[in-house]
Amino acid sequence: MRNNLVYRLHIDTPLLAGVIIMCLLGLVVLYSASEQSLDLVAKQGLRMLVGLLLMLFVAQIPPQRLAHWAPLVYSGALILLCLVLLFGTGRGVQRWLDAGIFRFQPSELMKLVVPLMVASLVAKKLLPPDFKTILIAIFVIAIPTFLIGRQPDLGTAIVVAASGLVVLFFSGISWKFIRNSLFFGIAIAPIGWFAMHEYQRQRILTLFNPDNDALGAGYHIIQSIIAVGSGGVFGKGWLNGTQSHLEFLPERATDFIFAVYCEEFGLIGVVVMLLGYSLIIARGTQIAIYAQDTFGRLLAIVLTLMLFISVFINMSMVTGQLPVVGIPLPLISYGGTSVVTVMICMGVLMSIQTHRRLVF
Amino acid sequence: MKSFGEIRDSNLERDIFLNRVLLAVVATFLMVFLVIIRLIYLQVYNHQHYTTLSTDNYIKVRPVAPPRGVIYSSDGVMLAGNRPSFNLVGVPEKIGDTDLLVYELSQIIDIDRIKQRQIIRTLDTATRFAAVPLITDLSEEQVALFSVNSHKFTGVTIEAGLSRFYPLGEDTAHLLGYVSRISNTDKVRLQDSNYAASQYIGKTGVERKQELSLHGTVGSKTIEINAEGRLLRVVDREPPVPGQELRLTIDSKLQRKAASLLRNLDNLSGSIVAMDVRTGGVLAMASYPSYDPNAFASGISPELYTAWMNSPFRPLFDRSIQGQYPPGSTVKPLLALAALENGLLSSHTVKCNGWFSLPRDSHRYRCWEKEGHGVVNLVEAIERSCDVFFYSLSNDMGIKMINTVLDRFGLGKATGIDLPNEEKGLVPSPEWKKKAKKLPWYPGETVITGIGQGFLLATPLQLAKFAATLANRGKVVEPFVIMQTEQRDSSDSEKSDDISTIKNLPSDSSHWKVINDGMVAVVHSSKGTARGIGYTSKTKIAGKTGTSQVFSIGQDEELDEEDIPDHLKDHALFVAYAPPINPQIALAVVVEHGGSGSATAAPLARAILDQYFNGKVDAEQSSLSASY
Repeated sequence: MRNNLVYRLHIDTPLLAGVIIMCLLGLVVLYSASEQSLDLVAKQGLRMLVGLLLMLFVAQIPPQRLAHWAPLVYSGALILLCLVLLFGTGRGVQRWLDAGIFRFQPSELMKLVVPLMVASLVAKKLLPPDFKTILIAIFVIAIPTFLIGRQPDLGTAIVVAASGLVVLFFSGISWKFIRNSLFFGIAIAPIGWFAMHEYQRQRILTLFNPDNDALGAGYHIIQSIIAVGSGGVFGKGWLNGTQSHLEFLPERATDFIFAVYCEEFGLIGVVVMLLGYSLIIARGTQIAIYAQDTFGRLLAIVLTLMLFISVFINMSMVTGQLPVVGIPLPLISYGGTSVVTVMICMGVLMSIQTHRRLVF
Repeated sequence: MKSFGEIRDSNLERDIFLNRVLLAVVATFLMVFLVIIRLIYLQVYNHQHYTTLSTDNYIKVRPVAPPRGVIYSSDGVMLAGNRPSFNLVGVPEKIGDTDLLVYELSQIIDIDRIKQRQIIRTLDTATRFAAVPLITDLSEEQVALFSVNSHKFTGVTIEAGLSRFYPLGEDTAHLLGYVSRISNTDKVRLQDSNYAASQYIGKTGVERKQELSLHGTVGSKTIEINAEGRLLRVVDREPPVPGQELRLTIDSKLQRKAASLLRNLDNLSGSIVAMDVRTGGVLAMASYPSYDPNAFASGISPELYTAWMNSPFRPLFDRSIQGQYPPGSTVKPLLALAALENGLLSSHTVKCNGWFSLPRDSHRYRCWEKEGHGVVNLVEAIERSCDVFFYSLSNDMGIKMINTVLDRFGLGKATGIDLPNEEKGLVPSPEWKKKAKKLPWYPGETVITGIGQGFLLATPLQLAKFAATLANRGKVVEPFVIMQTEQRDSSDSEKSDDISTIKNLPSDSSHWKVINDGMVAVVHSSKGTARGIGYTSKTKIAGKTGTSQVFSIGQDEELDEEDIPDHLKDHALFVAYAPPINPQIALAVVVEHGGSGSATAAPLARAILDQYFNGKVDAEQSSLSASY
């Protein structure tokens, strides 16, 4: 309203600024992590542009319509997940779908689709949701979680499940229910342990004792921690990370790009990065608080928090506090689907913010 | 449905929601706090530790093996050197499937089944992260073939190095010894960072004795590597100090001559030792059968090693310093000297009927000349090697005096030559027999000791040493093979008194003349036992034959020589020095089961002396003399 063009395009300026800052930071780190490959940087830049366009496109869609389409989007995404299991590609795991000109991971998309579906489900009824709604919601969360776990991609499965459950949390389910669910969850945890793939168990075990397996699973964590620790307060300087450039760091352009960043930019660089993320998260939280309906409110807070949780999991994993679960650092890690998904989520936030009816 | 009619309480919903958002914000701050704390712990508190680890990751200090010292002969011929070699090495952890690797390797490099199994065994038993040699000494063609195909082999590379190389091969094998891969027992023995990069260590001979000076001092290079261990650049280097060069007293031509003489014997084993009587420097020292020391340097196969170890011909055994033989008649000059010193007149005669017996004993000690030598004096007894003369002499002298004289000439104790594992032979005494055999000494044993039989044992080196002592009229020189550094330029000088401890055997010069006359007569008189080599020799030679029994023939048995199996035939021995006046060289020849000293051993000595004095040997002459 104040800025006519920006308002009519349904752009939220602080959010856009935050996203662009993080994208640029991401490209700078990627240039170093990719052994100064302009090729790779250009490729990632192109994906970011595609993501920005999709973000703007999604921002135009009113939240009510998103809620209306949620079941359809959810069903479509489930079909894609099934296709991944049937025809998927990837090294040792099936995560990607080859759509001819581009490949993508439907599981990443689920980080948006599941909260969308659950939010639309609970928002239809009075809050807090009744037991039946909760059961349906859990069912809605469980199906994609199971399918992603089968790929197998434990990290994404956990994040997707969490995104759905967080919606339930914000819908106001009672503390008693939450407590009981936690007890139940702890009780069935051993079953989950046996349902896991051997390598997934290994990763969890490795976390507690990385030196046990210095060449195998523990190697990633050890080398990553060395990179982070040797960065110190000021870092070794851009393009000067020995851990990264001498190829000691595994997956240094994707999941472990934060280690490259820590090595080259040090603690000060990390603080700067956290401030950048804070800008997005604070604005997202604000949008959630000022949202006018339950659906918008729930969706906004969940998308915002899930972004933060991804950041937290990735940073904890790189610094050796969580198992290596393969969660990329939002907007920084190399990889198309992750970037595009985060951008679409930002588009949804913008839509929620800019489609508010004027009150008073 | 149920909710249709209900009115949403927006404010309540919003309150609950805001409550939970507040919780989430608190949780978020907590989580950020956790990350920051962890980062401070890693990047500030433990920064130094991780910087060290990071540096250790890519900066490695690698030891560099020093080139081993080159060994030269006294005439400047390289006896042991280093040549560039290419080895295929592999890091077990980086090689995925060893069977596949061996299969792929066999496609480009010709490796037989035994070698293939050996490679797999090597990889399976290797220590972690250490590059182990898979195939040593690749040919240039193999290096090229592998380089072209190297993309197929992860964790396997070609490493350039130096291999020990012995140009004279088996001719110098026992003398120089060999180097071989450092074994686990060596490692325990070494405990030394100086060997951090070394692959080989001297195992026998000069290579072992002089290991410390030949090895040199390890160097190092500081290198930067990437995660695959690939060398990116050399940051710093401290070159190794090469091992010390050694010059031996060995004359390469004489050494080769000695080795080839033994090799050309018809399937017989033996040893030739020649030394410079003025210094004690060993000029030639050969043992046969021999082996190719180069096989060890390029990684000997267990099969070949086992074959050598178990061969009845014992090629690895150094007969020159480890072979112990009854010296036989070669000791007669020593006893003769002792007798003269103890008052025996050189005109003393003994009548030889072909046998000797002790008083009140019917046992006949036979002379090798069945018909007997008739009346012989001391010179004649040496010349014709009359056993009866020396039986009688020994009986008169007694074992104690015999023991003393043999001891004075260095028998029964190591010569102290600068080579490892020397045997010391045996000079028997009643005390020794009581201790070792728990039996009393019999007078008959004194008698046979007098002709170098019985328990008496000596190595070829000891024989050469006493020959040199005889040549020097009692001046003892200690044999050695390694020239000290300061002597390198004066190898032929006679100012050698400072090298070895001179222990003169005091004796009247007239006594020495008698002995010398006897020994010259052995070669140059018409009745001398080694007259066969004397006729055509341009240089005068003083010598003494020896034919030592390995097996006793019964009292009155007659055996044709052909009936005795090879391994029970007599050892053939010959000791000599030349020229008789101002002697230069002394030598000993032992041919195991070679028959008689005069027929088998003496011609070899003649050929060595011809080589020494004339520089070349007249093949015709030597074959002529050999027929005697």
